Amino acid sequence: MKRLLVLGAGTAGTMIANKLRPRLDEREWKITLVDQNETHYYQPGLLFLPFGTYKREDLEKPKRRFIPAGVDLHMGEIDLVEPDKNQVKLVDGTELPYDYLIIATGTHPTPDETPGLDGDEWYKSIFDFYTIEGAEALAEKLETWEGGKLVVQIIEMPIKCPVAPLEFIFLADAFFAERGMRDSVQLEYVTPLPGAFTKPVAAKYLGDMLDDRKITLESDYFLERVEGDEHKLVSYDEREIDYDILVTIPVNMGSKYIERSGLGDELRHVPVDKRNFLSTKHDNIFALGDAAALPTSKAGSVAHFAVDIFTDNFLDYIQGKPMREEFDGHANCFIESGNGKGMLIDFNYDTEPLPGKYPLPGVGPFSLLQETEANHWGKLMFKWAYWNVLLEGRAMPIPALMSMAGKIREEV
Amino acid sequence: MATTTIAGAEVTVDEEGFMTEYEQWNEEIAAALATNIGIELGEDHWQVIKFLREDYKEQGETPMLRRVSNVGGVSTKELFQLFPKKPAKKMSYIAGVPKPHGCV
Repeated sequence: MKRLLVLGAGTAGTMIANKLRPRLDEREWKITLVDQNETHYYQPGLLFLPFGTYKREDLEKPKRRFIPAGVDLHMGEIDLVEPDKNQVKLVDGTELPYDYLIIATGTHPTPDETPGLDGDEWYKSIFDFYTIEGAEALAEKLETWEGGKLVVQIIEMPIKCPVAPLEFIFLADAFFAERGMRDSVQLEYVTPLPGAFTKPVAAKYLGDMLDDRKITLESDYFLERVEGDEHKLVSYDEREIDYDILVTIPVNMGSKYIERSGLGDELRHVPVDKRNFLSTKHDNIFALGDAAALPTSKAGSVAHFAVDIFTDNFLDYIQGKPMREEFDGHANCFIESGNGKGMLIDFNYDTEPLPGKYPLPGVGPFSLLQETEANHWGKLMFKWAYWNVLLEGRAMPIPALMSMAGKIREEV
Repeated sequence: MATTTIAGAEVTVDEEGFMTEYEQWNEEIAAALATNIGIELGEDHWQVIKFLREDYKEQGETPMLRRVSNVGGVSTKELFQLFPKKPAKKMSYIAGVPKPHGCV
């Protein structure tokens, strides 16, 4: 009996189990998923929670509901991967041997990496919205807040869903306007990037959108510490920014067992071949989803496209054949821009987000890098698709590799 | 891509002026590139640049600030003093290695 062990039953791990179970003979292959908590959160929904659009119960479902028959879900905290023994040790002492290992334990906001961030003011005047606890605490704060200066600030790239902080500040603008208090709120967007976004064309569009909304942008800002008592950010080059509410995106890091096992980079993400996700160190270990150190977005869409490519490759690989499919870094993200509108971006390792129509060239229904109502509805409907189509590994009507069809090249 | 002459040597650069050929780099070129962006190279600068060169050769990609600090032993604070405002961009420019991935 061969053993495939998948660490993490989140977006990537669950899709892998669903895609591979029907294609690996149950008499020959045992598939085990390991996770330490029973609840699957719809992470794209966390963005809306601070504004009261969703509540916790709208975003959570039991992980087990999405695990197919014939796959064992083992609950436990991972202590160590021991590649020389081909086994994973759990904190409770359980040893799980494997023939092939897939690391899909994601990446996590890690506030204790930044001096002063998770001190006394954590969840009083400083919040994150990438965790259910942070998003809920922020919702409670915003409910009664009477105005002042709200700063959205990214500490270090890469972060998961890198457009979410922009979406947050667009939604905040619309939220305060709707409450009739936009004039008593100052909004500032603080980023270590040279502009609103990394790539030039998207940075120009998104930068204009910040301008239109009277949101100030502070770029190339690398935070050294937070002085929580003083409500102040201090950068490495001594620029100080004060705030009344700080919405921070803490440093994103992989799980600690990855570091203990010597499998990660400085951020505990696993270096892999960016074309096929095979570990650069071990030929029977793969990393997929946010856990992998790939030069593309950390996002569910990337995990989805990556798993599509991975599945066919893995079936060849275990038979000793070469992996023929090559991942291109395809990412596809809706950007909620407030007032019932949204944008869409579609890009890969080599092609930056460009304007145009998607997925049908010239037709859409979605518009790239343009604010439309259709994009907003696409984003809302995606929640249904996530739970009912995507996680269970059924086909989505979007190709895994990026296409240039429908995109318009543009000079900045 | 374009060819240009820096410190008497022919080198290939991209549209932002970053060198594209690792092997074309030498210390005279580094000094000239540093002058272009208003930096005079001292011992501490060289430590960073040499780390970038070696690490790029071993890892195949330009280290981020965090790695230069953790592995190269020069703190982020010092990097901001040595290469003001945009250390990641400036130090890779001088070291003749690609700009670190704009992680999207």
